Amino acid sequence: MGAAPEIHPRPAAADRRDLAWWVDKSVAILVFTGGISAIVFILGIFVFITKEGFGFIFGSLDIGGFFGSTKWRPTSTPPTYGILALLAGTASVTGLAMLIAVPFSLGAAIYIAEFAKGKTREVLKVLVEMLAAIPSVVWGFIGLMVMNPLIINAFDVPVGLCVLNSGVILGLMAAPIMTTIAEDALKAVPDTYREAAEAMGATRWQIVWKVVLPAAKTGLVAAVLLGVGRGFGETMAVLMASGHSVNLPTSVFDSVRALTATIAAELGETSVGSDHYRVLFTLGILLFVVTFAINLTADLIVRGIRKK
Amino acid sequence: MRTACVVLCLSVLVACGGRSGSRKAIQNKGSDTLVNVAQTWAEEYKKVNPNVAVAVSGGGTGTGLSALINGTVDIANASRKMEPKEIELARKHGIEPVEFIVGYDALAVYVHAKNPLPSLTMAKLAEIYADGGSISRWDQLGVDVPDAKDSKIVLVSRQNNSGTYAYFKEAVLGKDREYRMGTLDMHGSKDVVDLVHKTPGAIGYSGLAYHTDEVRMIPIAKDDDSPAIIPCEKTALDQSYPIARPLFMYSRGQPEGEVKAYLDWILSDAGQRVIADRGYAPVRPLPEK
Repeated sequence: MGAAPEIHPRPAAADRRDLAWWVDKSVAILVFTGGISAIVFILGIFVFITKEGFGFIFGSLDIGGFFGSTKWRPTSTPPTYGILALLAGTASVTGLAMLIAVPFSLGAAIYIAEFAKGKTREVLKVLVEMLAAIPSVVWGFIGLMVMNPLIINAFDVPVGLCVLNSGVILGLMAAPIMTTIAEDALKAVPDTYREAAEAMGATRWQIVWKVVLPAAKTGLVAAVLLGVGRGFGETMAVLMASGHSVNLPTSVFDSVRALTATIAAELGETSVGSDHYRVLFTLGILLFVVTFAINLTADLIVRGIRKK
Repeated sequence: MRTACVVLCLSVLVACGGRSGSRKAIQNKGSDTLVNVAQTWAEEYKKVNPNVAVAVSGGGTGTGLSALINGTVDIANASRKMEPKEIELARKHGIEPVEFIVGYDALAVYVHAKNPLPSLTMAKLAEIYADGGSISRWDQLGVDVPDAKDSKIVLVSRQNNSGTYAYFKEAVLGKDREYRMGTLDMHGSKDVVDLVHKTPGAIGYSGLAYHTDEVRMIPIAKDDDSPAIIPCEKTALDQSYPIARPLFMYSRGQPEGEVKAYLDWILSDAGQRVIADRGYAPVRPLPEK
């Protein structure tokens, strides 16, 4: 930049150090820092949680008891760290959330991408995106204050903070993201496919079912996987709506506890460096690995589409 | 405009800097049970000694004691005694914690307002809450709770590192028993009462001071031969109520200067009146005003 070609004869211009130059330089540095910081942070977080978590994994971990026992009693003497019930809690809530969210969000995506027109389409898109912007603590509050008495009355069960409650809440939270991504996948199907199908006399639904959905298959799978990742990692809403109860659920009306909620509820009150503190980081590693795998799979699938 | 902002910021900075010379700050953190009282103490103390600012935060007994051990607070509030393990850890950090009993709390057992249960013994309460306990339905206690599906008892508990959780376990379940699986573990004293209020079949334990009109406190008897006692200030202080516990403050080493003055004031009649007004029992009977 210093060796800019001399356009003006004046010597000062050869090496311009005016305001624009400084602005240019500093913005370049700022943008570079911003770009690189994502990598620095992700590495930093990874190093931090593995450093704390591995202390437990290589120290006092008993694999069979860790994954095979439901007894999560980290503050008893002697403490027991069995995460089976926590895994079951996370899995049941995420599973139910997907059962609810997948049909809704795919339906919404198909409607927005294939059927809706003009104003309806724009309004719907904005509304779906607004749904994604509701903070998770607000969802949790709805679960706690609105859904809880509703479930007690509607299903005549003893307590309304349960798999059903948090599954519905989580499904509603994951649906907008899944809708947006699924809609993008449907839009990515070239119009020539639709035109060809239409030329052969296919109805609207035949086009969607036989042509567009198969063509967008990978993108739709990616959307669902990202939704699963969202559900798996969600904390606050699940903490508030699930009942936060160490329990192997046998029905959707049982209270459960999620991995994320356990970390959130307990990490603040453990003394740094204790086994309890470290086992929570081990849970963190577990979550990190699972969500990373899910996101990576989704990403690879999405990339697969782009290449085509 | 911008100049005005800069000037304002600078003046605030100067004001703060100037103040820190003459004003002393005491950091106070810990038990959720004590946080409301601690806040009132801090506010009242401002009138006694305006030169001392007490910063109070909650987070739980574990958090407060961790902060004391890590040297970030002057006083930790605790709803249970410091464990030998924690004292050892503090000594390793060069801190000798000194204990003060600042009041007593009766842990009330709450049920829904419509629940007709007249009283419970400690043994029955243990059978309800303990892992492998024999009581899991209200009809086993001979009561019919309206709207409680299958007469099922919904157990409300606290997260496992709260001082209340540890104390209830020690006092009711004893050393060798654990909580039953599937308790709803709430994150605050108030959340327990809120959930019991919302759930007809629920039972929960929480501080006496969290009582509301929407829930009922169950009188508790030590054993089958003793009378059932309602938790209140008086029964907590004379220890006739079986689930009453002392509340603690821990200082970092033998307190000196402003911290000592603050603790002395808390233990004085004026300070003890604050905790009594908040629904806890003072450390000694207070003279009539």
